[in-house]
Amino acid sequence: MSKFKKKKGGDLPAISTASLPDIVFMLLFFFMVATVMRDSTLMVKNQLPAADQIQKLDKKDRVMYIYAGEPSSRYTEKYGSQPRIQLNDKFATVSEVGAFVLSERASKRQELQNVLTTALKVDGDTKMGLISDIKQELRKVNALKINYTTRVGDYSQNID
Amino acid sequence: MAKRSAPEVNAGSMADIAFLLLIFFLVTTTIETDSGLNRKLPPIEEIEDPPIIKQKNIFTVVVNKNNQLLAEEELTDISDLRALAVDFLDNGGGEGEEACDYCQGDRDPSSSDNPDKAIISLKNDRETSYKVYIAVQNELVAAYNELRDREFSRLFPNEGMTFVEASKKYSDPRTSIDEKDRLRPKLSEVKLLFPQKLSEAEPSKTN
Repeated sequence: MSKFKKKKGGDLPAISTASLPDIVFMLLFFFMVATVMRDSTLMVKNQLPAADQIQKLDKKDRVMYIYAGEPSSRYTEKYGSQPRIQLNDKFATVSEVGAFVLSERASKRQELQNVLTTALKVDGDTKMGLISDIKQELRKVNALKINYTTRVGDYSQNID
Repeated sequence: MAKRSAPEVNAGSMADIAFLLLIFFLVTTTIETDSGLNRKLPPIEEIEDPPIIKQKNIFTVVVNKNNQLLAEEELTDISDLRALAVDFLDNGGGEGEEACDYCQGDRDPSSSDNPDKAIISLKNDRETSYKVYIAVQNELVAAYNELRDREFSRLFPNEGMTFVEASKKYSDPRTSIDEKDRLRPKLSEVKLLFPQKLSEAEPSKTN
């Protein structure tokens, strides 16, 4: 008649996994809400330069994107390694920028057509010549609000 | 007839389904880096007779094809550019009608008259690297922001924030409309004191 009777069985009770679905659902909803689907696949190298005096870009429906940079490795064979412009899902020449902007503008709602911003996502190693050409084309179609998309960082990262 | 109870639905596989969805969204998520330097391009129409601007009111910044920076025709390091631009904008060398009572600069008569007259002219070569161009742009915007911050905290000390913070708050969609209406006149007042006059020349050809 010992007072200190051994408790029956030394093994741990099974951990209830009933709340697992709840936790997973919570994570799921977080990612569903936070996700922004990419609408075009990048075909160019896109290492953005760094800047720290930046402003947030407008809402997504008021922005059109122009990418530029060296074609990424799987396209270099076909398109060479000279920096190129990418509009939506294909490579384009400078002269196509104007038409692209006009068609993008036409596809937006009436009240947004005057407040559109053009975001230039250009690889840091591109030469300014190409960018000046793009800017010239944008001026021709009166798309004057632009944004040089950068990543957050100190300017000194740009100088090597 | 005995009432039959509905059989219990087995929810054991719910976690699996949720995991599957979770992994899909994890993989497709890209954290967008959508912020950058906002700029406005000049309209393409040629101005018939361009206004005459005194040479002393122009601060020329040139980036050449070797990514070297020339400020006022002197070879400069990018780290000095911000201070040089601030000195130029804040100089306030004008007299009489062109005097600038809020400037704290040296009042050097050979530099700019007042911030409203002062123009920074940026010129780059077609061979200039985009990275360096952005660095220069960043520093010039920083110079304007520095001065605007100073004026903002001088004029509105009880706001408890800088110009940059206030404009960030203003453009934040979560800020209430009342708050925006309150901030708007303050922001535009400071902007008027130091208007961003950054002119970009068309790039020079290398050959």
